[in-house]
Amino acid sequence: MNINRLIALSKSVQFGKILTSNARHATKEVTLPHRTIRTHARNLAYAKDLFLGKVNKAECFPYPEIGNEELEEINSFVAPVEKFFTEEVDSKRIDHEAKIPPETLNGLKELGLFGIQVPEEYGGLGLSNTMYARLGEIISLDGSIAVTLAAHQAIGLKGILIAGSEEQKAKYLPKLASGEHVAAFCLTEPGSGSDAASIQTKATLSEDRKTYLLNGSKIWISNGGFADLMTVFARTEVVGEDGVKKDKITAFIVERAFGGITSGKPEDKLGIRGSNTCEVSFDNCPVPVENVIGEVGGGFKVAMNILNSGRFSMGSAGSGMIKKLIEMTAEYAGSRKQFGKNLSEFGMIQEKFAVMAQNAFVMESMAYLTAGMMDRPGVPDCSLEAAMVKVFSSEGGWICVSEALQVLGGLGYTKNYPYERYLRDCRILLIFEGTNEILRMYIALTGMQYAGKILTGKIKEMKKGNVGVAFEMLGRKLGDALGRKVDLGLTGMDGVVHPGLADSAKKLEQNVAHFGSTVENLLYRYGKTIVEEQLILKRVADVLINLYAMTAVLSRSSRSISIGLRNHDHEVILYYTITILLIYNSPENQDENIKKIAREVLEKRTYVCSHPLDRTF
Amino acid sequence: MSPASVFVCLSLTLLSDYPVIRVKPDNSGVVTDGVKHSMNPFCEIAVEEAVKLKEKKFIKEVVAVSCGPTQVTETIRTALAMGCDRGIHVEVSGKDYEAMGPLQIAKIFAALAKKEEASLVILGKQAIDDDCNQTGQMTAALLDWPQGTFASEVTIDGEKVKVVREIDGGLETIKISMPAVLTADLRLNTPRYATLPNIMKAKKKKIANMKPADLGVDMVSRVEVLRVDEPPTRLAGVKVETVDDLVAKLKANGTI
Repeated sequence: MNINRLIALSKSVQFGKILTSNARHATKEVTLPHRTIRTHARNLAYAKDLFLGKVNKAECFPYPEIGNEELEEINSFVAPVEKFFTEEVDSKRIDHEAKIPPETLNGLKELGLFGIQVPEEYGGLGLSNTMYARLGEIISLDGSIAVTLAAHQAIGLKGILIAGSEEQKAKYLPKLASGEHVAAFCLTEPGSGSDAASIQTKATLSEDRKTYLLNGSKIWISNGGFADLMTVFARTEVVGEDGVKKDKITAFIVERAFGGITSGKPEDKLGIRGSNTCEVSFDNCPVPVENVIGEVGGGFKVAMNILNSGRFSMGSAGSGMIKKLIEMTAEYAGSRKQFGKNLSEFGMIQEKFAVMAQNAFVMESMAYLTAGMMDRPGVPDCSLEAAMVKVFSSEGGWICVSEALQVLGGLGYTKNYPYERYLRDCRILLIFEGTNEILRMYIALTGMQYAGKILTGKIKEMKKGNVGVAFEMLGRKLGDALGRKVDLGLTGMDGVVHPGLADSAKKLEQNVAHFGSTVENLLYRYGKTIVEEQLILKRVADVLINLYAMTAVLSRSSRSISIGLRNHDHEVILYYTITILLIYNSPENQDENIKKIAREVLEKRTYVCSHPLDRTF
Repeated sequence: MSPASVFVCLSLTLLSDYPVIRVKPDNSGVVTDGVKHSMNPFCEIAVEEAVKLKEKKFIKEVVAVSCGPTQVTETIRTALAMGCDRGIHVEVSGKDYEAMGPLQIAKIFAALAKKEEASLVILGKQAIDDDCNQTGQMTAALLDWPQGTFASEVTIDGEKVKVVREIDGGLETIKISMPAVLTADLRLNTPRYATLPNIMKAKKKKIANMKPADLGVDMVSRVEVLRVDEPPTRLAGVKVETVDDLVAKLKANGTI
């Protein structure tokens, strides 16, 4: 995600002045700077309304469910994939040799894991986002394989899938789905990482206007060493409506067979060592004009859509990994004795298990809530939610892996146990797919842009003489000042939350309302310059992530209690502990709950809660 | 004349590497609720062998059969994904399922094999949760068919089947005429993975549903489980300095 674009977006919103005075002041018109892409928000699902202090409850309540048939199907897929990963994947060897053995790769191709979301008519499995997330839980058991597969299908071929023409899909998807051709995503350059819009690779149109010649180099390209097909982003000259020539980004499907492509040697990385990462250089590589994805000049939008659509699966992948870690560490904690007691009897060790269980719970809830939203008809834009899932899951995962390693102590630090490998593999999660810093900026600014637009819309109304709006805003401000109770519809007569959770739901509503007015105040105070205030924006993003996590957890627990999922009482304890952590922000003592959670987890030596997709009927 | 259909009879078992299997508090059995279940590994080998025989064109059709609650259909689907043509699910649930043992299952399989005129019935040699090792043998006896158990190699030779059996002393090769019952042992083959595309194709294959009563089988058990206990927890060992000490300890223990 790119700062320049964010700045441009926020500049395109007109910020107004404080309503009680200066209503007659003209709001400044802002001319857009040269190199901007204006994307309109197509129906941002749930999070945007949080910035206005509103809960769009229809989006998140009830928790998304899949039909019985789909659940059966997904369970039938899980078994063979799990079997394959436990029997055929030697993660230690992959990490040590820094490559995935061809037999393993072939096994994955035969299993069908290279075309999970490719439609059936092109030879793929055509699975929904929810199913993809479910499979992601198992694939994440080996980091290198997970990244190789993700680079291939979550971003490598996604461009063709979401923005390609019928001819392009028919030509390329079948071989990609079977794994005969492997894909890669080429956006990042030595000088352009987070600042993706500043890439310099050029694509010049030939004299006969039939071919583009690609020149430039890309770095950090996963699968770059052996990919047969790449989605490459380059600058093309575009003549605007005003006749002015601009350099805009275009997305291309580039086959290695076109020639002029060289791959550098594989990078020697800290983690995910089995995944191939290298430099890819283009030297007058000829690309036919039919291989442009979408419109010429529309490449940046394509890139952002591709990246946004794959992010949410990090939540389920992370939770899958943590659940595995809980199992492994619980075994150890239950057998290792010191001071005459099992490790599992010590409070600080118990706390670690509670932390791991909580994180897994939240990550699962958020991931499947987001996947469920994305699977709704109408292609909702869940980029904000997906970004939040990514930030939470990457950081939560990093903490949990570290804690798991700590339980094993010195043993965890050695290569004889997989914990150090999980740690090294996990570190990349905070960096790739959009660094967490950039995503926080994106989360905060997209929301504030939306809120700002609504605000200025209201101010415009007032200027037109719509007194009703003025009174409404005044009334709200007064109400807030007098401590009026907040009711956003989560509880009560038409409440969507289980009555047992009504208290914390009310608290969530209060927090959302408070957040809304805080955002409003920030906009009044800073206006456009809010963009420069990264530390404030970081806090805004953190609050939003917590609110979304809270929503996901509330929705999921509500459903579990309502339908009586197995172990839902354990879930409720988890839920309350998380709530107090995320929302109440009170120094309330959590020790009892922590011990309860840890006790159940350690007794059963596994993560206890039912899967959010499970049904009881 | 190539045999028409082969029945592969599957068992759904508790996953053996689940962390901790617990005995129910009332000692009536083992906790199965919430424990992962999957196809018995020996049954997987049986399915693989049947599908291989079909691929070599020795048989025309492979039917996967299993008895149990609705969960069992998943197992049959896996068998279909591995290459079986159709499935039969004999529904047994609740109390009947808990009391169900090799004899009842054998009766069901025998009745089905007769009804569908199977030429071969292949099963796994034993289920890994109860280790009974009886169903195949009982089925053969009920049908009065020859049996080739603990098979590590199966070849069809005209109307007969040559079976290499793993026995305590080594390997025994027998020739039996069809129709026959075979049980698969570990080294018979390496089962293939049910690939996801095959699983999707298998969704279109049919699984017929029936009850034991439809086959005229009475499910009453002749065996009553009195008690189930966990094995005694391993006690710590004791180190001794000399052989004399060891002998003295063993004598005091009552062991010698």
